Amino acid sequence: MKSALNIIIAREYLERVKRKSFIISTLLVPLLMVVLMFAPAAIMLLDTPESRSVAVIDDSGKIAQRLKSSDEITFVNYSQPLDSARADENIEAIITIGPKAIDKPNSSITVYYRGAPSLSTDSYISGQLKNAIEDLRLEAYNIANIKQILEEVNVDLSYPTIRIDKEEETSTSSMLSYIIALMMDMMLYMFILIYGSMVMNSIIEEKNNRVLEIVVSSVKPSSLMLGKIIGIGLVAITQILIWAVILGACSAWLMPLAASIPTAETDAEVLSAIGQLSDFGYVASLFIYMILFFIGGYLFYSAIYAAIGSAVDNVQDASQLSTIATMPVIIGIIASMSVIQNPGSTMAFWISIFPFTSPMAMMSRLPFGVPFWEIALSLVLLYASFLFLIWLCAKIYRVGIFMYGKKPSFVEILRWARYK
Amino acid sequence: MEHILTARNIVKDFTGHRALDDVSIAVPTGKVYGLLGPNGAGKTTLIRIINHITAPDSGEVIFDGHRLTADDIVNIGYLPEERGLYKKMKVGDQAVFFARLKGLSKRDAETALKQWFERLDISQWWDKKVEELSKGMAQKVQFIVTVLHEPRLLIFDEPFSGFDPINAGILKREILKLRDQGATVIFSTHNMGSVEELCDEITLINRSRNILSGPVRELRERFSDNRYSLAFIGNPDELRSATAQCCRDFELGGIDTDGNATATIALADNNALKPFIAAANNAVTINSFRRLMPSMDEIFVSAVEASNLADENTEIKQ
Repeated sequence: MKSALNIIIAREYLERVKRKSFIISTLLVPLLMVVLMFAPAAIMLLDTPESRSVAVIDDSGKIAQRLKSSDEITFVNYSQPLDSARADENIEAIITIGPKAIDKPNSSITVYYRGAPSLSTDSYISGQLKNAIEDLRLEAYNIANIKQILEEVNVDLSYPTIRIDKEEETSTSSMLSYIIALMMDMMLYMFILIYGSMVMNSIIEEKNNRVLEIVVSSVKPSSLMLGKIIGIGLVAITQILIWAVILGACSAWLMPLAASIPTAETDAEVLSAIGQLSDFGYVASLFIYMILFFIGGYLFYSAIYAAIGSAVDNVQDASQLSTIATMPVIIGIIASMSVIQNPGSTMAFWISIFPFTSPMAMMSRLPFGVPFWEIALSLVLLYASFLFLIWLCAKIYRVGIFMYGKKPSFVEILRWARYK
Repeated sequence: MEHILTARNIVKDFTGHRALDDVSIAVPTGKVYGLLGPNGAGKTTLIRIINHITAPDSGEVIFDGHRLTADDIVNIGYLPEERGLYKKMKVGDQAVFFARLKGLSKRDAETALKQWFERLDISQWWDKKVEELSKGMAQKVQFIVTVLHEPRLLIFDEPFSGFDPINAGILKREILKLRDQGATVIFSTHNMGSVEELCDEITLINRSRNILSGPVRELRERFSDNRYSLAFIGNPDELRSATAQCCRDFELGGIDTDGNATATIALADNNALKPFIAAANNAVTINSFRRLMPSMDEIFVSAVEASNLADENTEIKQ
């Protein structure tokens, strides 16, 4: 019955959107995101780092003067013995350099830290020492203009990549593709985790409230499942749209602040990324496919959550079983990260066809271009297995009604599915 | 149509036990039909099968002359024993939701609900959330939800549990009113008092089997076993010997100082009534004479015990 489905969707949607918890989370999440996005920048602007002194006791007599101090670390040439440097509380670290440090640095250099050093301090000091010793060794060869030669030899690679399989030549950016894929995967993961488990809890809630028998005597379980999944999906879309509007407004307001933070230099990569984005046809098709896989992924996984909700009758049991749903998502995301390295491989093909991983894997592959038949096959499989899952849930749901208070085993769930 | 619903040879197995074993019932149109039986006898399973919630392993359910399908559930109103409502939802919204699921338009649902809410004096709850209601209040709402779409068959599973006597009385009146308007009611309960008041016909299910079916009046007659109670003045021994031929059983109740005595007798058969009265009238002065009808409680207990005993005997033989 189509009308029953609409009524269920409407109830599921309206009841959720009207709840206080929905309104609060819808307003608070973007605020939190803004804080998370801009807090580091704000801290960087406000915080002027303190300079730390590092005493250098140099017996080689050549290295100390080549160490360059930074904003945070000041190298101080120290002529007194180690013990007196140790006693000086103002000294954060001490470097002792033996007379043969240039030939045998590992056995003649020791660094003493007051407390555990931060990773950045440690790597800065070792980098400075390495540079100084390398320079000294090079100079030992007595080649004129050695520095200049080295600078001329150094290659800084950054070039545009062009797709040649398209009729029009389009420039692609693997960096941009990677970022898009990662963002879409993460969003899908959050979407499945938050709203999928909402579907599961909604079914469990009905069991706990004892409403289900009244509902089941009025509608088909499959309509009920489908109604819940679609209703909650619409709640999700509403919430995300509101978030997008709030975030958009916030970032427009805070952009001047963000722009003042030094960012990566504009290079060919960024230029080709911008070029790619301005290709409207490409962006539109990419966007449509991604939305289709996104919706498919949500439907498929929320149906799995619905099946779990149908099989159990309290949240505690459900949390154990819900790893069935979360594990493949995580595996899919990890696999799709490796797919980015090699989007055309056989493994990439299979994980983007298999419905458990295809939404995630396709997010990674789509920006690089995927043959249409593969997209079609993957989508058909994804949506078909969603319909199959709904049918399966309805079976489990019917039989699960009779199982108040008993935690079903996995074998039992399978047996229910075969139940007529 | 004489019978709105017929269930034939229903068998339903769950893992490790048979919930219904070859159960057949025929529910007459326009009557109140009682489905009785001890806890765990299989009543609720049978009701779920009738409601198309679950399917029987074998046997069939005929509704209105055809095999029961999913489309028939709009003609059935079901108040389950395990009942509940959405806690966070407002009473009125919720009632409209369920009514619409049963096929009513939003406007029709609201009009009909307003009438029912007034009739049961709960109009002031329309905008309250269910979690604010008491159990009895919520049950009134559920009753309305069950009957609102004017289904032809109403199924109530333990409708009076959780009600005070006043509200139970209101509900009974409403159920009878619905029957008078043409609805058929199936009514499952342990409360035998309400069975006597409401039911026209019953089926008694024990240990997954139908052990007793029939109109309530007939059953009570059958189980009365031709027992009568007699109050008289005179010599009990004279009465006993005068009526010995007509009686299977004669039990003297008591006799007071004025000579008022009572006796409980069982007639040998239906034809023995007139000879017994004639003989008794000759022997003593009859003050009152009435037939002893067993209560549904007694019928229930004796039928269930007899069937359990029969089960044990067959088990011993095997």
